Amino acid sequence: MSDSKATMNLRGSLSLGDLLLKPFLWLLSLADVIFLPLQNLIGTRRMAYLFVLPNLLVFGIFILLPMLLNFYYGFTSGNSILLENRPVVGTANFQKLFACQNYFDVNSCSEDLFWRGVTNTGVFVVGQVTGIVLLSLVTALALNRPVRGRGFFRAVFFYPVLLSPVVVALIWKWILQYQYGLLNAFLVAIGFNKIPFLLDARWAQFWVIAISIWAQMGFFTLILLAGLQAIPKEMYEAASMDGANKWQSFRNVTLPLLMPTMTVVLILALIRGVQVFDQVFVLTNGGPGTATLYIVQYIYRTGFEFRNYGMAAAASLVLAVVLLVLTLGQLIFSRRQEAA
Amino acid sequence: MKKLISIITLTLLAVLVITACAPAPTPVPTAAPPTAAPAQPTAAPAQPTAAPQPTTAPAATQAPTQAPAAASVELHMLWYNDGNEGDVMRDLLNRYEAANPGIKVVMDTVAYKDIHNILQTQVEGNTPPDMARVTDVARFAGKYLDMTPYMTDPKGWAADWPPQVLQSFRTGSDTTGLYGFPTQFTVTGPFINRTLFQQANVPVPSDTKKDVTWDEWVTAAKQVATATKTPYAIAIDRTGHRFWGPSLSNCAHYVDSTTSKKFTIDTPGFRETANMLISWHKDKITPLDIWVGSGGAYAAGNDYFVNGQLVMYMSGSWQIGQFAKLIGNKFEWDAIPNPSGKCGSTGIPGGALLAAMGGTKHPKEVTRLMEWLSSDEILGEFSARSLFIPGKLTLAKKGIQYPSSNKQLNVFLAEIPKLMPEAYTLQYHPLTFVLNTEIRDRLSQVITGELTLDQAIQKIQQKMDEAVTTMK
Repeated sequence: MSDSKATMNLRGSLSLGDLLLKPFLWLLSLADVIFLPLQNLIGTRRMAYLFVLPNLLVFGIFILLPMLLNFYYGFTSGNSILLENRPVVGTANFQKLFACQNYFDVNSCSEDLFWRGVTNTGVFVVGQVTGIVLLSLVTALALNRPVRGRGFFRAVFFYPVLLSPVVVALIWKWILQYQYGLLNAFLVAIGFNKIPFLLDARWAQFWVIAISIWAQMGFFTLILLAGLQAIPKEMYEAASMDGANKWQSFRNVTLPLLMPTMTVVLILALIRGVQVFDQVFVLTNGGPGTATLYIVQYIYRTGFEFRNYGMAAAASLVLAVVLLVLTLGQLIFSRRQEAA
Repeated sequence: MKKLISIITLTLLAVLVITACAPAPTPVPTAAPPTAAPAQPTAAPAQPTAAPQPTTAPAATQAPTQAPAAASVELHMLWYNDGNEGDVMRDLLNRYEAANPGIKVVMDTVAYKDIHNILQTQVEGNTPPDMARVTDVARFAGKYLDMTPYMTDPKGWAADWPPQVLQSFRTGSDTTGLYGFPTQFTVTGPFINRTLFQQANVPVPSDTKKDVTWDEWVTAAKQVATATKTPYAIAIDRTGHRFWGPSLSNCAHYVDSTTSKKFTIDTPGFRETANMLISWHKDKITPLDIWVGSGGAYAAGNDYFVNGQLVMYMSGSWQIGQFAKLIGNKFEWDAIPNPSGKCGSTGIPGGALLAAMGGTKHPKEVTRLMEWLSSDEILGEFSARSLFIPGKLTLAKKGIQYPSSNKQLNVFLAEIPKLMPEAYTLQYHPLTFVLNTEIRDRLSQVITGELTLDQAIQKIQQKMDEAVTTMK
């Protein structure tokens, strides 16, 4: 009604909308003064590069340039940040990283903390990825059913994903503290002894993995849920008509059709797992001892605590290669899926 | 309607663009938390002298009249806090500004654990502050401002400070440059909760005996903890710096001089002290959080001590201001002499220094301010109000009448003559931070069972052998 009134009142003259829009159109037309001649010069197709240029500059300065500098750092030594003060040492940093008498005994390695980081990251990734894939699948299956309050439960499972990793770590640190933690206070109240959750190596490793799963599960649950909802219902109807029970339907219909999505979840979780840092830094800072020292924290400590920037850069390049392999794997898999 | 929606959308976009393009606000440096982990004192000051007799406190003075600057000058001082010294410095600087219109001094306060990294980035990026409070003074040697050409009496000024302190700023063959001064002198040493000893009816060993060993102290502390149901008997800060004192008392030997490129880790004194620390954890008389639960970071036990959960705490004199403020009258606490070993009783000297930074655009103004801050009256007031031991020889001789904690401060003052020469050597050596960190991290690994003590000693030795190759 109001639309027709406005149009009626201003018929034959500019509408209110036109009047308010005019200054913006005039401002935009000023840009034509620059862009039109440029377009005539370089052609319409090449204008796209011009519009991408600002983002490319930001990417170049804040991502690409530091990557190139880091690459150079990996082949230099010294405590200085400035490139001209850093002597080139070739592959000495990498040789030191990989210098081990026995790769199965990290204490025999020259950079034993690097290998502790690698081993701990391996254990973390296996535990975390397995937990995430299994628990996310179970949760997605449950949330895919027509249960009451399904929307609420979906929000509840997704909520931890919205929290900052630092906040997650602080909350759990307060829960798990030996002296004043909530969990130990509960244990003492029901007659048990306190447990050093973050002061015992095995407990600390368990909790780091468990908290990481809790914090990220919601994200992967949503991905799997989307995958489940993409499975045609007719497949289940056909299976049911063929006499398949629920387990057989899951094994022969759900799992195969969900496999591409699960593979994406697996690779994403793997990449994220290898990069774990901020949550563990706040929760345990790599302790007790070096039980939860992961590869990214090793790089951080080597660079910013020990000021061995060359070694830290070399370790980060090794990590980058690992992540590149994982990412390429995901890319190849995705393309094969699309082709199929 | 569609047009109205377009207008609203365009308006919102325009507002967003204008906001994004607005100039960024001037970053405000974050204040260090008042109970931040205490500084790891580095630079060493005087050779041992007699403990000064406290005299009357220096009265608050007016800033000396200076010729007003022709144009407005803003000086930046990079700072960190252990206790209340930041507030005291700010007050002093306000008085200086009032007496020197045209000069404004901005204190950029950051956390202690970040200050050296921040300063390095600034120095290497050619944007250093005008002055900086540092503990790792050797790290920036060659980057300081030589104030000699701008000083009124450089020779007279230099005579007031321990020569080793002034030398720690210098590099290469430089033996005369004047680059800064110590704002405080610190000594490592233990504290006890005397109230707990009284409640447990256990005599304090140092009340009746001059040289008390670590074993005797630990036995007494355990008795007190058991009798009073205090959670922990003893704690020591998680840092090699705190470990050095007891190990030197037990006849450990690390390095011959500040220019030496040979470090020795494996000595009976080192092993004895390491085994003592490991036994505290095995016997569960010390909080696990400090040496086990802190990962790769420095950790202090001051929270346990302040909360009355600890009988004896090995730390240092810089804690006195914080304890006076946080403990107050809740319980009686005391500083005690460093326990004795076969080779004596020593703490480790240290302190923070205020350095004039090279690259400053106002060398004359910086030098004038540094001379004022280092004067007997002003530095004396700073020391008294911050509850710091002064690093200036004249003030150390005169003594300071502190508003509180005189007894505790005098205990540390009496420790100064007992400091071993190697205690100073360890502090001054350019690789002190490597030794400090390696001892800290490797002993933690021994305590958690990741390494044996033999392996830890081997790893520390390996790291030091590698580090000395980087020495100029």
